[in-house]
Amino acid sequence: MAPPFVDIANVAMRYGGVEGTLALKGASLAVAEGEFVAVVGPSGCGKSTLMRLVTGLWPPTEGQVFVDGREVDGPLSIAGMAFQNPTLLPWRNILDNVMLPLEVVQPHRGQLRAKRAEYERQARELLALVGLDGFEAKFPWQLSGGMQQRASLCRALIHQPRLLMLDEPFGALDIFTREDLWAVLQKLWLARRPTIILVTHDLREAAYLADRVLVMSSRPGRIIAERRVEFPRERSMETTYTKEFQDLVHELRDRISDARDVEEIADAP
Amino acid sequence: MPRKALRSPEALAAAARRRRRLEAWLPWLVIAGMFLIWEAAVWAFNIQPFILPAPSAIAASMVKWWQPLLTNSWATLLTTVIGFAMAIVFGLFLGVVIGSSVLVYRGLYPLLIAFNSVPKVAVVPVLVIWFGAGFWPAVLTAFLISFFPIVVNVATGIATVEPELRDVLRALGASPTDIIRKVGLPRAMPYFFASLKVAITVAFVGSIISETVAANEGIGHLMLVASSRFDVPLVFAGLIITGVMGVAMYWVAVTIEERTTGWATRGQQDPRLAAGG
Repeated sequence: MAPPFVDIANVAMRYGGVEGTLALKGASLAVAEGEFVAVVGPSGCGKSTLMRLVTGLWPPTEGQVFVDGREVDGPLSIAGMAFQNPTLLPWRNILDNVMLPLEVVQPHRGQLRAKRAEYERQARELLALVGLDGFEAKFPWQLSGGMQQRASLCRALIHQPRLLMLDEPFGALDIFTREDLWAVLQKLWLARRPTIILVTHDLREAAYLADRVLVMSSRPGRIIAERRVEFPRERSMETTYTKEFQDLVHELRDRISDARDVEEIADAP
Repeated sequence: MPRKALRSPEALAAAARRRRRLEAWLPWLVIAGMFLIWEAAVWAFNIQPFILPAPSAIAASMVKWWQPLLTNSWATLLTTVIGFAMAIVFGLFLGVVIGSSVLVYRGLYPLLIAFNSVPKVAVVPVLVIWFGAGFWPAVLTAFLISFFPIVVNVATGIATVEPELRDVLRALGASPTDIIRKVGLPRAMPYFFASLKVAITVAFVGSIISETVAANEGIGHLMLVASSRFDVPLVFAGLIITGVMGVAMYWVAVTIEERTTGWATRGQQDPRLAAGG
């Protein structure tokens, strides 16, 4: 079997010095290349911390993080990121926003001037894939929140990253928009097959999108359960109405409740 | 406010046009009204010209002394603009440095605040000792008084880049310089222009302070000489011309702002008017 694409071994992360908050402890997880993994857990369990460790934005306090067989010791340029807040630049139109990573990441950065037309075509293609064709020249504030989030996904994917880190990307959207974007994200993943780690607190979202759902304990966070999701692709809203889907969501909910109970007992004097 | 019954698009457009015309004329009407009330008050209460001259007397004084007024306001405009230009260059530079480094911020900020608290009128004598009376003290006072708002605003714009956006760019391998160039600076531009509007008006204050303390030309010097001769209408003429120059420079700053950072007001011509829509 091939070594995992993302490999986190017994990692701990503490903020603010020795007396600081312990966000993660003994966290381990392995993700295969091209896999879609969702990480769920109670709020404040260090999900976002996990994400920053994997992309090399912060070094872990203990343990090691490997991506693509190499230890992570700085920001990874093979990763794309999207957050709950779309963070589009208001002075750039949608096309230029999506093309921002190409102005930063090598080797695209050096080729941007020469191959501008080709890159623009790629950006337009990506925007069309998420249903934003015709909005290239619009500015972010002219778009709805859901459309901004679509553009943000395109920005995370434009440089064809092998790893996509999503931190509650649909958390601020209403339920209908959110469900639309599940389909969009699934389509993007099926078309490009990047490795995706999705951090979320929405269990239906995790069950709909992921190949595998990892459950984290409350702080200090670690992975306490994992559940493979076998529903056939391409999944649709119909999938979410089946009994199997409902059962899976219930099971995940129970695991998270267990995790919280265990912590409370452990915390008791 | 209760909505009226639907009106035709033509009627609505005409109403919008009328409103825009009113908005364009309103400042002039207010100024004209102020002068009229002023004039009437001086006549009605028989106020002596050496206490408060009537606008007509000020206008007469402007006509009589147009030549010295012109050369001296030109001198003031020149010193102000040079000091202001220095403040822009230095303020932008220092703002970027302070905004992008917590260390520099912590180290320099108390000093900057202390410096800004010193009354600039007390600095002028020192500048006179160093550079001699005249041009340079005025330029430097304008500079010293106007760079602080620019520094603070640019630094704020750069320091408040959203952490997520910083993460997105850092995860792509962007260097700190990349982040400042692609995000920090464009983001700081609305703050920068807002500060320019403050800075240009205080720059006039700076050069005129210096001119009244130690200079042989400039509108401040002219006002000082005029008041020592009890030529109060001429003093007021100088004040009014200073105000006009201030408004003109402010207008220049606003025009550049609208051309370059229209995105910050979300495409609205004037954000204050957007509330009703």
